[in-house]
Amino acid sequence: MIRLNQLVATYTTVRGTVKAVDGVDLEIPSGNIVGIAGESGCGKTTLLKVIYGDLVYPLALDSGGVDYVFADDDRQEVTTETIQQYWFKRISYIPQSSMSSLNPVVKIRKQFVDFLEPKANKEETLDRVRQFIRQLDLPAEALDSYPHQLSGGMRQRMMVALATFFQPDIILADEPTTALDVVVQKGILLLLVRLQRQMQNTVLFVSHDMGVHYQISHRMLIMYAAKAVEFGESAEVFSAPLHPYTRMLIDSLPNIGDDHMRQGVSGRPPSLWDDLRGCRFAARCPLATQRCRDEEPAFIEHRPNHFAACHYAGDELPKVEPSA
Amino acid sequence: MKTILKTNDLHKVYRLGGLLNRVRINALDRVNLHVQSDEPVIISLVGESGSGKTTLAKVMLRLIEPSAGQAIVYDQVVAGKGARTDKKSFLSIVQPIFQNPFEAFSSYRTVDTYLIRTANKITGLPTAECEDLVEEALVSVGMHYADVLGKYPNQFSGGELQRISVARALIPKPGIIIADEPVSMIDASLRMNVINLFLKLKEETRTSFLYITHDLATAYYISDYLAVMYRGTIVEFGHARTILSDPQHPYTQLLLDSVATMNQKWTETEIAMQDMEATEFTAVGCRFRHRCPLAEEICAEVRPGATLLPDEREVYCHVVERELEKV
Ligand SMILES: Nc1ncnc2c1ncn2[C@@H]1O[C@H](COP(=O)(O)OP(=O)(O)OP(=O)(O)O)[C@@H](O)[C@H]1O
Ligand SMILES: Nc1ncnc2c1ncn2[C@@H]1O[C@H](COP(=O)(O)OP(=O)(O)OP(=O)(O)O)[C@@H](O)[C@H]1O
Ligand SMILES: [Mg+2]
Ligand SMILES: [Mg+2]
Repeated sequence: MIRLNQLVATYTTVRGTVKAVDGVDLEIPSGNIVGIAGESGCGKTTLLKVIYGDLVYPLALDSGGVDYVFADDDRQEVTTETIQQYWFKRISYIPQSSMSSLNPVVKIRKQFVDFLEPKANKEETLDRVRQFIRQLDLPAEALDSYPHQLSGGMRQRMMVALATFFQPDIILADEPTTALDVVVQKGILLLLVRLQRQMQNTVLFVSHDMGVHYQISHRMLIMYAAKAVEFGESAEVFSAPLHPYTRMLIDSLPNIGDDHMRQGVSGRPPSLWDDLRGCRFAARCPLATQRCRDEEPAFIEHRPNHFAACHYAGDELPKVEPSA
Repeated sequence: MKTILKTNDLHKVYRLGGLLNRVRINALDRVNLHVQSDEPVIISLVGESGSGKTTLAKVMLRLIEPSAGQAIVYDQVVAGKGARTDKKSFLSIVQPIFQNPFEAFSSYRTVDTYLIRTANKITGLPTAECEDLVEEALVSVGMHYADVLGKYPNQFSGGELQRISVARALIPKPGIIIADEPVSMIDASLRMNVINLFLKLKEETRTSFLYITHDLATAYYISDYLAVMYRGTIVEFGHARTILSDPQHPYTQLLLDSVATMNQKWTETEIAMQDMEATEFTAVGCRFRHRCPLAEEICAEVRPGATLLPDEREVYCHVVERELEKV
């Protein structure tokens, strides 16, 4: 289990600070693939960075904290400040656009070894890595290549392989297949699913593609304007979403062979620079009332294990018709 | 009829590596596309990662020189042999939207100055009027001038920045916009706004689009024509709906089978396909034969040419060609 306690994370800029994660509070059960979706700029990457403990200026954790599944060797509680020593070993991160974030002039093997403890027997570990990636149908020579020598798909599979090698308790993956073709994407996702099933670790998986979430995520976290707005079992989130934003996300996408016009959610999310009151989705919500504009809805459990931040989530939502 | 887009045996070779281990990558290998119409059209270009889609876009945008062949856009030869279009008129024919919005903007300049300068360079109008043009363009992608004022690219998320690049491309009101994965970093709810915006611009400003994407559902939704690429070659080309509802090339079929839909879950037994290797770019015969369930001897020896089917599509496959001859 990972417990996120009232996380508030901000970026400092010349214009002031912006709250990119604003009071996210939830409990993620272990052994799940948790899909994270939400508008661009709503704080998904920031949330992963906080959990990874990658808090470098201008990003800072203002308040709240993360309880990880594990204690450190001295039985001390691990915090976002001490989690760094477990990078790769117990928590790993596949960053957004990691395809270009690998250092182009350093061999993949070297970039990986840099994370190993200095004491560890590097050669022996490397041998084990070679064996491991071979099991995943990746050529061992790929380890000895420079990133540019590999195709985008191969690089992402290497990232997945390296991120899973130490069998970490937690894997954070930020859009690992965006920008890849669907054939390669499917290969990578099935690989990730297979590894997760074997290792039973917790995977937090950011993607804009709701079809991908439908395929692989056990649970869904929907974020909107720096807040968590819905969290529950995928099957239920897809079939009976509680938050109108979630429903619009699911209904807005076209399908091959379906000639209906689709409408995106009109309007735009509120600027995180402003002082926000009420429900942050209210301005774009077809069901919003005065109460929504005045009073911020709490993030509560409306059905067993199914949370949402909407005043009317307990009621049956009328279906939001995509207008023709 | 106008030639909206035409490529004649377009070829682009990249050379990689040192003197001894030099590899040639045929990023575009004799690509032939042709779309003629008096109405604006949306052409989608889909296919494998690394198959040459961005290379094709860059050739048409004159960012790189083709190694052979030529590209024609709106009746003008824009690249390759016989290209003469001058810089200024070229800008009002073709405008780009790129895959990585972080590359499109200079990190040292604020986004508003960048947009105003773009508007100024193209129209020659004074700043105040350029501001109106920029605001108009930003509104159509769901933003406002005030949102970008004084901000640098790194202060936006990838998705936000991509909407701004769409706005930038709209400023000169071009004949065709080449949009290289314009929505891949944009979330589902806004994605359809951008896609619908393309449809609207096609109707209202008569702008054509070359839409490069991995998202086959949006390609189905907006396109008139569709080209499918695999390792530098076109494998199938024709009317979008015809191809997507009944793909004929084995690669197009594999592509459609791999889409993550919300209708049906993948089965546990599906095996990941082997990834590409650069050497296959230089292979003779059909590029797809190593993975093709239908591959025959001839596929290893002769590169398949275009077979024109009665529904006006072209398929580059020996098996399809033979089946057609039978009937
Ligand atoms: N370095 C930074 N300085 C200032 N603001 C930032 C910085 N990085 C991100 N932000 C802001 O923080 C908010 C959240 O950004 P974040 O990257 O977490 O969004 P995201 O949900 O991952 O978006 P996307 O889907 O586009 O990747 C955005 O409004 C963004 O503009
Ligand atoms: N500047 C370059 N030098 C050498 N090789 C290159 C260069 N640019 C692209 N390539 C290679 O050319 C091939 C085609 O690349 P391109 O970027 O056009 O593919 P793409 O279809 O746009 O891929 P994606 O779907 O990943 O965007 C790839 O094998 C790529 O590695
Ligand atoms: Mg992000
Ligand atoms: Mg590309």
